[in-house]
Amino acid sequence: MVAADSRASMGGYISSQSVKKIIEINPYMLGTMAGGAADCQFWHRNLGIKCRLHELANKRRISVTGASKLLANILYSYRGMGLSVGTMIAGWDEKGPGLYYVDSEGGRLKGTKFSVGSGSPYAYGVLDSGYHYDMTIDEAAELARRSIYHATFRDGASGGVASVYHVGPTGWTKLSGDDVGELHYSYYPVEPAIVEQEMTEAVVA
Amino acid sequence: MARYDRAITVFSPDGHLFQVEYALEAVRKGNAAVGVRGTDTIVLGVEKKSTVKLQDSRSVRKIVSLDDHIALACAGLKADARVLINKARIECQSHRLTVEDPVTVEYITRYIAGLQQKYTQSGGVRPFGLSTLIVGFDPYTGVPSLYQTDPSGTFSAWKANATGRNSNSMREFLEKNYKETSGQETIKLAIRALLEVVESGGKNIEVAVMTKEGLRQLEEAEIDAIVAEIETEKAAAEAAKKGPAKET
Repeated sequence: MVAADSRASMGGYISSQSVKKIIEINPYMLGTMAGGAADCQFWHRNLGIKCRLHELANKRRISVTGASKLLANILYSYRGMGLSVGTMIAGWDEKGPGLYYVDSEGGRLKGTKFSVGSGSPYAYGVLDSGYHYDMTIDEAAELARRSIYHATFRDGASGGVASVYHVGPTGWTKLSGDDVGELHYSYYPVEPAIVEQEMTEAVVA
Repeated sequence: MARYDRAITVFSPDGHLFQVEYALEAVRKGNAAVGVRGTDTIVLGVEKKSTVKLQDSRSVRKIVSLDDHIALACAGLKADARVLINKARIECQSHRLTVEDPVTVEYITRYIAGLQQKYTQSGGVRPFGLSTLIVGFDPYTGVPSLYQTDPSGTFSAWKANATGRNSNSMREFLEKNYKETSGQETIKLAIRALLEVVESGGKNIEVAVMTKEGLRQLEEAEIDAIVAEIETEKAAAEAAKKGPAKET
């Protein structure tokens, strides 16, 4: 399950509320964007090209392991030159589902859950407390959605639309894209406040 | 014609690259090598010239492994083989490092063929004077494969093939007698093909068997035993042929 918000900020200015932060590398692999938007977009596109070339040369799809390693090696070679990329590569290959975290420091980690970006601590709190390995797809989608929502609630640099994608054996599909403002009111509807006894005219005896 | 065979990078008027063809000649003078693919086994066999007395035969292994699951045998200039094998071994490990996956047989064959081709299109170098037989099992799919490359840099997959000295007779034999085999039958077929052109005996043949578990070099005694089996089978077949004729 892959989810992301859609806010881009330049300092204190919100430059866009509708950024596509989940990048479709190919029909069975997704990448997420955190850090520099241009860097992420460019290098994911480049990774998509490399994956396709691998398929053509070797007559089989590249594994998630291989794709994430290709990206990690590229980013490592640019280490120290100012790239800012914090991404997760999620996909499905012969070995089943694969999830890797790759960043511009050159780090690459395999895992079952990750949260990346400025709102990540808030998302981790919700994610960690609600996660178990054998969740259903709907439970997982809801958990992902809630994690993004909570990150957007507390972090100023996160907001916009919470998109949720599912990656399965036949590839990825977009499950939902909900405005986080609306999500707020659906999770925490406004309760009619208990009105205190209104003051009335004192009855003059 | 003499003017067009000096430099590798010069075509002749009738479209030949003479250096490449001369390299193929060098292959034709090299040791016989045969490869046979079975359903669960692939066998490589190479002709061994009678061992010189003082030579340590273990240092002249003709069938080498490129990785745990890939092996190579070649015919031609052995010194060129060493260089090619080293480069291929490095590429196997490099592939494991960059995509965290072992190479497929096709990938490494493509790499070796690519190397051989590079040396037919560069200045100041000559082509590698060897043809290789590459065998192995693909990781994950477990499909056995046998590939052959030659000095021109072409490669293709085979069910069974031979290269080196008298390879035509061996290939003819294989074409006549090939059928899908497994295990010991595959080994016998490979040795029978080699015996067509090589003096009989375990000390003239080097055989290696590749299974999913890995490469195993057969001991001289083992080879002798199989050769003996083959001889008795051949004798029995001869007798059977002659037998009915005598009765009439």
